[in-house]
Amino acid sequence: MATRRKGAGSGNGRDGRMRVILLGSGALKIGEAGEFDYSGSQAIKALKEDGVEVWLINPNIATIQTSPGLADRIFLLPVEPRFVAKVIANGRPDGILISFGGQTALNCGLQLHRKGVLKRYGVRILGSPISAVEKTENRATFAREVRRIGLKVPRSGAARDLPSALRLARSIGYPVMARTGFTLGGKGSGIAAGETDLRRLLVEALSSSPQVLIEEDLTGWKELEYEVVRDRADNCISVCNMENVDAMGVHTGESIVVAPSQTLTDEEYFFLRDVAFQVIRHFQIVGECNIQFAIHPKTGDYRIIEVNARLSRSSALASKATGYPLARIAAKLALGHILPDLKNSMNETTTACFEPALDYLVVKMPKWDLEKFQGASHFIGSEMKSVGEVMSIGRSFEEALQKGCRMLGDGIRGLVGNDFNISQSLKDLSRPTPRRVFALAEALARGRTVEALHRKTGIDPWFLDKMARIVAVRDALRAARRRGPDPALLRRAKEHGFSDEQIGLETRRGAAEIARRRASAGLRPVVKQIDTLAAEWPVRTNYLYLTYHGQEDDIAPPAAGRRVMILGSGAYRIGSSVEFDWCCVSAAAAVRRMGYEPIVVNCNPETVSTDYDMGHTIYFEELTFERIQDIWRKEAPLGILLAFGGQIPNNHALACARAGMPVFGTHPRDIDRAEDRHKFSTLLDRMRIPQPPWVEVTSRREARKFSHRVGFPVLVRPSYVLSGAAMRIASDPVGLDSALRGAAEVSRSHPVVVSKFIEGAKELEADAVASQGAVLAVAVTEHVENAGVHSGDATVVFPPQKIYLETVKRIREITAALARGLNITGPFNVQFLAIDNEVMVIECNLRASRSFPFISKVSGVDFVDLATRAMMGAEVEAVPESLLDLDHVGVKAPQFSFSRIKGADPALRVEMASTGEVGCLGEDLPEAFLKAIIAAGFRLPERRHVLLSIGTLKAKTRFLPQARALRDLGFTLYATRHTSRFLEENGIGNIRLYKIHERRQPSLLDYIVPDRLDLIINIPAGYDRRELTDGYIIRRRAADFGIPLITNAQLAELLIKSIGMK
Amino acid sequence: MRPHGIRSRPRTATPGRLVLEDGAIFPGVSFGAEESAAGETVFTTGMVGYPEALTDPSYRGQILTFTYPSIGNYGVPAWSAQRTRPSRSESAGEPIPRPRESERIQAAGLICSSYSENFSHHTADMSLGYWLREQKIPALTGVDTRALTKRIRIHGALLGRIEIDGKVAPRFLDPNRRNLVAEVSTRQVLRYGRRGLPLTMIDCGRKNNQVRMLLERGARVTVIPWDSDVGQVARDCAGVILSNGPGDPRMAATTVETVRALIRRRVPILGICLGHQILALAAGASTSKMKFGHRSHNQPCVETGTGRCYQTSQNHGFSVDGHSLQRGWTEWFVNANDGSNEGIRHRSGLWRSVQFHPEAAPGPGGTAWILDQFLEAIR
Ligand SMILES: Nc1ncnc2c1ncn2[C@@H]1O[C@H](COP(=O)(O)OP(=O)(O)O)[C@@H](O)[C@H]1O
Ligand SMILES: Nc1ncnc2c1ncn2[C@@H]1O[C@H](COP(=O)(O)OP(=O)(O)O)[C@@H](O)[C@H]1O
Ligand SMILES: [Mg+2]
Ligand SMILES: [Mg+2]
Repeated sequence: MATRRKGAGSGNGRDGRMRVILLGSGALKIGEAGEFDYSGSQAIKALKEDGVEVWLINPNIATIQTSPGLADRIFLLPVEPRFVAKVIANGRPDGILISFGGQTALNCGLQLHRKGVLKRYGVRILGSPISAVEKTENRATFAREVRRIGLKVPRSGAARDLPSALRLARSIGYPVMARTGFTLGGKGSGIAAGETDLRRLLVEALSSSPQVLIEEDLTGWKELEYEVVRDRADNCISVCNMENVDAMGVHTGESIVVAPSQTLTDEEYFFLRDVAFQVIRHFQIVGECNIQFAIHPKTGDYRIIEVNARLSRSSALASKATGYPLARIAAKLALGHILPDLKNSMNETTTACFEPALDYLVVKMPKWDLEKFQGASHFIGSEMKSVGEVMSIGRSFEEALQKGCRMLGDGIRGLVGNDFNISQSLKDLSRPTPRRVFALAEALARGRTVEALHRKTGIDPWFLDKMARIVAVRDALRAARRRGPDPALLRRAKEHGFSDEQIGLETRRGAAEIARRRASAGLRPVVKQIDTLAAEWPVRTNYLYLTYHGQEDDIAPPAAGRRVMILGSGAYRIGSSVEFDWCCVSAAAAVRRMGYEPIVVNCNPETVSTDYDMGHTIYFEELTFERIQDIWRKEAPLGILLAFGGQIPNNHALACARAGMPVFGTHPRDIDRAEDRHKFSTLLDRMRIPQPPWVEVTSRREARKFSHRVGFPVLVRPSYVLSGAAMRIASDPVGLDSALRGAAEVSRSHPVVVSKFIEGAKELEADAVASQGAVLAVAVTEHVENAGVHSGDATVVFPPQKIYLETVKRIREITAALARGLNITGPFNVQFLAIDNEVMVIECNLRASRSFPFISKVSGVDFVDLATRAMMGAEVEAVPESLLDLDHVGVKAPQFSFSRIKGADPALRVEMASTGEVGCLGEDLPEAFLKAIIAAGFRLPERRHVLLSIGTLKAKTRFLPQARALRDLGFTLYATRHTSRFLEENGIGNIRLYKIHERRQPSLLDYIVPDRLDLIINIPAGYDRRELTDGYIIRRRAADFGIPLITNAQLAELLIKSIGMK
Repeated sequence: MRPHGIRSRPRTATPGRLVLEDGAIFPGVSFGAEESAAGETVFTTGMVGYPEALTDPSYRGQILTFTYPSIGNYGVPAWSAQRTRPSRSESAGEPIPRPRESERIQAAGLICSSYSENFSHHTADMSLGYWLREQKIPALTGVDTRALTKRIRIHGALLGRIEIDGKVAPRFLDPNRRNLVAEVSTRQVLRYGRRGLPLTMIDCGRKNNQVRMLLERGARVTVIPWDSDVGQVARDCAGVILSNGPGDPRMAATTVETVRALIRRRVPILGICLGHQILALAAGASTSKMKFGHRSHNQPCVETGTGRCYQTSQNHGFSVDGHSLQRGWTEWFVNANDGSNEGIRHRSGLWRSVQFHPEAAPGPGGTAWILDQFLEAIR
């Protein structure tokens, strides 16, 4: 109906079917993560229900939305006007949806509109009018418009240059908040106490955006967010309101958030709701929109902070928190439906034109990975730095908060009872850090009052008091050490969110004993449903959580069915993100096709696997062993699939098996044989498979002895970690010592492993599936960068383009041997080093790897489906090799978020630092490669001004041909001292740039600004951590000013070759 | 009082339980007055507004269950009786300030899952528990309110009693058999506002926000007892407001009679909630008891004709039978979820009423235009 009314399929000979383009958000980055895979795929489903033909443009190959079967056509292309325009020209769509792909899609849509592309091809923007987007995105216009309708925004003004900005600040009065329009995650914004602060902020702000907004500082006010929906008939609903536990000044993405709000009265709650409606009516929003407020804790005065006229991280959270599918509804409204015509998808009987009532509360906690960035500041603030988040559900704040803490992983046991170091945060509680919440608990334990902490942090006393209550229970447990906790205390502890492990710790007992005491006291959590209407209406949802605040299960214990439990990936973090959600969703689909009922356990609101519309049961729960057991008891499944959620589920393998919970696929004992370095290494030796020499050391002496024997450089790392956390390369004894110190600090409990670092080796991987030790399929991939760049940060090529068939053959042999040796059934990944045709194995993970979606989509062979069927014991044919040698090339490129992490050194190394990835296809390597890096945010040099700064002489010599190529391509070459001289000596003209201390023109600092250089190639000399070298300054400025930067020789070579060929 | 509004008074928790007529037992812990109570057990799914709800006379005689678990968070503002008691004299009185909707807690008891004795809000200076104890109303926390709610949804509103350990348990009693309207209606005439459009409100258990909002809109309101005679009602007034109130509309037969007379005299009328049901009865339509009623802030009501859908605040256990409307009357609003009647109006434009609460408090605004429209019509 609506679709036709809106001129669906206007001609184009598409049997009246409306065709729309949906823009995705590209690679995951800080501020734009998995939530947009969720919104996008939900929107696509909603559109297709209406018979609309959907073309998706999104280079993020690891997402579910780019999987075959959802969109009618998928374009793995950069979400960039140039590429999108091409697709529009060929496809002649009727409409385009720009609000489901975050800021990336929104900005791209705006540009397409401004460039007149949409008009030229008669493409309508569906949903909110473009004017709404323009007005809400431009902070100054927004403020003006909102003031005009008599609503309050912070005192502020806009400035386009430094002087006017400073003048403005003076008139508003310090402290002020400086912010930029057209950004996400508060990039280039911050609070300035005085003029010097402001100057520093502005240089950067103005570099990332045409204008800055200077405004009244509201630090310490309560921060609230409303998710509101409006249809074309002007019906408005407020789907969810959320309150930030951290007060204004801490970005929503950095705050612990609770839904619904906890400290607002009825009057305040509905007042803000009415204001929100006035705003979306004024801007004529059609669809979903999020609006942020600040409320003064003492006067109740309010300000509107901002409006996002699109689906957002918060809207994904709100959908998961309430059970209201915002993206789905937004898509329907964009097609012209009105709310009362749509049904509540939770029960299919009541209307979608309603405001969900929660009978639980939800706590969102951000997940940071700042340790992974060397040089990064550990303070958080009005800019976003978190890489992921978790959502916990409980029936008391205490319960939800402690669950949330555990969901973060990293061995966090809850709000209390952790052994990591918080002295840093304790020193100054007024400065937020990722660990402040734990420090607050400790401070309360040490007798600081709620009131004092409130004054220090601005956090509402209500929240602090709840923390104090958790601490009080901890003390009660300690007091009960002698006799052990009695049933009453156990219940109290459980209602306050304590895990068995926590209770055991405080009462000096094992978690197992606590579990026993619990069982004998009949203390078990109950299952409750999320149903949007607080049980007012009957529902059949499979959207569940566990709580200790209850006496009966919501759902009757299911009759013996063929259920399979699938463990999700938990919070997105560096090294584990949307790719594992794709694996879980694909696995769930596979088992369903086999006639089983999948039960997914996950706690990450950004995921598609926790979408209650996926046809599987969801436990929005902790991925802790205790919870896995709780769920097991409720559901009595046939077994567990834990090879698809990355390392976290994988770590539970042995424990599950021991506890009598069968694990499908490779036997946990064999998983352990691969994970445990000693066992694995012995296996390799026995099978005569070469590996770099290594030892496990417990003392510096041993480490030094080994290093001298095998010779530097050596690689230092703790075992059992994903993404090379705390891995270091040491090229001399000094480096070794500092590396050891570093490693010890990261994970005390794990021994330190030192291995010979093989220089100049190529790195390759095999992603494979086996059944009872026999390989079913192998995909060999090749890294562009030599070994030394973490596989997660490497540019990966599939199928391999420049390695000898000999090597590939060898790799296949070894892979098959390992499958046999470890008796593998299911997915696995092997990493190899190849140097002058010797092949060595560096590690082997008996689980789906990061690159499974990439190889599956490039080859068209669904490795996860294959693996799942094998693990479930089905008869599976081996995939003929021919299927895997392709005539096109796929390139997977990493996405970095260095610009967001102040101070972080943006150089590639053995520690993974990328936050996401893209994958593009091409006829040949250069085509696929260029597409991929552009999709990952790399701007091809237009003006062709390149700065060269090449570390070692060896590197310089190797780089000569590339330097010539650059010159021949008409690049103007700039270079730092030694590089410059070297080039001169080799007859390559270049302009030398001077270091700061050299005090001469032209200087580096003047040149490393946008619109001077458009490419910087800086190859660091050594591997060791050396902050604040000139190299670091060059790289850092490049990141701060958004100038394309290459820090790896092989990558530079490929880039220059590719530019030359196109 | 307490600098940051946090009251931490360690109280020894007395166990208690909610016992339903069907034998179900829900254990909990007492945090209100330590005495037992009986009433009709109902639930509300509103997530905020416990002070407003508890003082809403429509909850008279009912044991109110909050499905939202965390209750008491923002405490309760001070209540100085002098300042807020309306004047007995003929001079203009002041309606009770928000968040209270009447002078006392009307609910017979409170049930919730996770009570916060410690509260935090700049307007608050006593805990909910303190207020309940002061008002002699029992309350239980730690109850599986979702299980309870599902039970009520399946069996319909159930009689129940709150038992506190060591206190004699009362017998079940059905408040709907009492004349609750008589219990909550004002006993003397109250006058609010000096000048402006004169309105008479027949008080069947009014929520004060109705008065506040009419005053804000430049009206002068005379609140009279539910059983006042027509003469008194119609005395110099431009229109009559039938307020909300508790229980079965048929209990207010006297008021129904009065309204019939008013209709005969063609006096403009706006009915709200119970007032809506009374107007319907007076207009010859019928009402019936609902299984478990509507008590929430998210009842979607579609206006017939415009198709616009409004989120409304509701609290009622009886409803008007839409099909029983007589000639000249039409359905004004219909519930988008269960199709039940949510409002009626007469062709003449003189008489109209809504089942929901345009005055909100607690609950969403957005339907205040119903008051404006009425005032517009009678100016
Ligand atoms: N005037 C202000 N004073 C203090 N903090 C502020 C102010 N404005 C915004 N903030 C903080 O900065 C964060 C980011 O601002 P916001 O407008 O939401 O930008 P973004 O587009 O990054 O979400 C907010 O979540 C809030 O905590
Ligand atoms: N012995 C080695 N010589 C050279 N490079 C190595 C060696 N071992 C590991 N690397 C590099 O370090 C990266 C991370 O090592 P890996 O064992 O894969 O850690 P993770 O478990 O985090 O994946 C690899 O991708 C590779 O580039
Ligand atoms: Mg924001
Ligand atoms: Mg690896």
